Amino acid sequence: MTIAVTPRSRVADAGVLAALETVRDPELDEPITSLGFVAAYSLSADGNARVRLRLPTYFCAPNFAFLMVADAYDAVSALPGVRTTEVMLEDHFAADAINGGVAAQAGFAATFDGEAVGELAGLRADFLRKAVMAGTDQVCRPLLAAGTDPARLRTLTLGELPPSPPLRRLRQRRAELGLPAGDDAPLLIEPGTGQPVPADGVPLHLSRARITRVSIEANGSICRGMLRHRYDSPGQGEEEQ
Amino acid sequence: MYEKNGDRYYVVDGHMHYWNAAPDNWVPGAEQYAEGWIKCFHAYQGLGPAETHWTLEHFEKYSEEDLMKDVFEDGHVDVAVFQPTYLKEWYKEGFNTTERNALMGEKHPGKFVYNTRWDPRDGDEGLEVLRRNVERFGSKGCKLYSAEWNAGSRGWKLTDLAAYRYLEACQELGVKNIHVHKGPTIWPLDKDAFDVADVDHAATDFPGLNFIVEHVGLPRIEDFCFMATQEPNVYAGLAVVIGGLMHARPRFFAKVMGELLFWVGEDKMLFGSDYAIWEPKWQVEGFVDWEMPDAEEFSDYPRLGVAGKKKILGLNAARLYGIDVPAEYRLEPASSAA
Repeated sequence: MTIAVTPRSRVADAGVLAALETVRDPELDEPITSLGFVAAYSLSADGNARVRLRLPTYFCAPNFAFLMVADAYDAVSALPGVRTTEVMLEDHFAADAINGGVAAQAGFAATFDGEAVGELAGLRADFLRKAVMAGTDQVCRPLLAAGTDPARLRTLTLGELPPSPPLRRLRQRRAELGLPAGDDAPLLIEPGTGQPVPADGVPLHLSRARITRVSIEANGSICRGMLRHRYDSPGQGEEEQ
Repeated sequence: MYEKNGDRYYVVDGHMHYWNAAPDNWVPGAEQYAEGWIKCFHAYQGLGPAETHWTLEHFEKYSEEDLMKDVFEDGHVDVAVFQPTYLKEWYKEGFNTTERNALMGEKHPGKFVYNTRWDPRDGDEGLEVLRRNVERFGSKGCKLYSAEWNAGSRGWKLTDLAAYRYLEACQELGVKNIHVHKGPTIWPLDKDAFDVADVDHAATDFPGLNFIVEHVGLPRIEDFCFMATQEPNVYAGLAVVIGGLMHARPRFFAKVMGELLFWVGEDKMLFGSDYAIWEPKWQVEGFVDWEMPDAEEFSDYPRLGVAGKKKILGLNAARLYGIDVPAEYRLEPASSAA
């Protein structure tokens, strides 16, 4: 199928794209824009925002799909000057239910009445913890490559590390989970409890951080490949990997 | 069998299919799901080399001759393990059933292993069907979809009391190889269908059974690996890992292989082409040629040699399924797995 190219003429549109950049795929921990999931967006002069989202397959997990549509709705409708918001997921087996449920602000359980129990906060938190582990690898790997002793990592605090995008991201994810994220917080913590990693647990902790990152990134690479197979044109704000 | 640089590989395809997903098999009223499912599978094929891509029409329904040529004649496979997927809510005759597989397989003696399936929600009747299938098809393994949504029930776990009755029956009947699908799933909507904790418990309670986690729990490889390190009878099914990553994303393929070699080890990894999603030929040839890259980011990972590749491509599965491997394809006694 073809995706209409979004006109880029209106300055206000940039605000919509920026809002969508704050929406992440909870499983891949990446913005839906850079993943190529935003097919098109627009903002009319009288404040009607429209967003069309697309996913790598017809059967992508509906719980994650729901979160992304709902988060996109919230992010765009919070923009100044936006009067109405419509977010449409396309080419997905549960598109009608998800689009309708988000538009009605119904929540996940009500949207899939009888098929789902409970909202998705727990699922989101599970994946944030994985993002914290993956982010730990991103921050630690350059330190180890530069010759830092693994045992030393355990005594480092976040404030002692040089600023970097991965560090900023790790702090954000930890803060979202309510985990210590300040300057005096240890670099290595258990993402489930926030407790420091015991001395004899450092090698295992680092191995777990590494595989968690590999898992998320490999999964993301499959999603990108599937999306490219499904759609010819790049998404709005998509970044090639 | 495949030979390269004087090394001979006996190939067991541990995970493949013979399906009919063409419109003539779609359940009226469920066409959109039947069509969406096969299109989703077809998109996965897009991750393989371009010259191996099929048209959607061919992909929906391929012939017995196609399969024999792709898998055995061209694909280097010696023995292939059918993993059934029923999906009868969408496909009238099922997507690929034990019966359909066996009908074809009986014309080609010695080429196929027929795995069956069960669902604990089918109760006593299902147990009876399992017994009959084992008697009729000689099944030594089964494929389980614990996330399948069924008449108001949103999936099940291997640890359910009802599932333990089936696992006990498997032990008694010699259905030793329990292939559990832990990978992309549709229903249930809210549960995390990739959770492998139930395999952990069942593997401890049924030490006489082997649990092969298909698609290595993708996209949660880490959860699977942590569990597999603790359980001697848990194996990694590589379907999707080789087909989905080796060509399309070689860097991630190397990393995922590195993690699996590190946590699970080459004695517990099984090749599966996932045919007809991907043909085995390029996967077998590419895997034999593959080497862990030399770059720094791969330096922590174990290396995989010829012996390890022989195990993964066939010898490990041959051991689980009791397949007699000709002497010239076996490893030297000193390096063979216990």
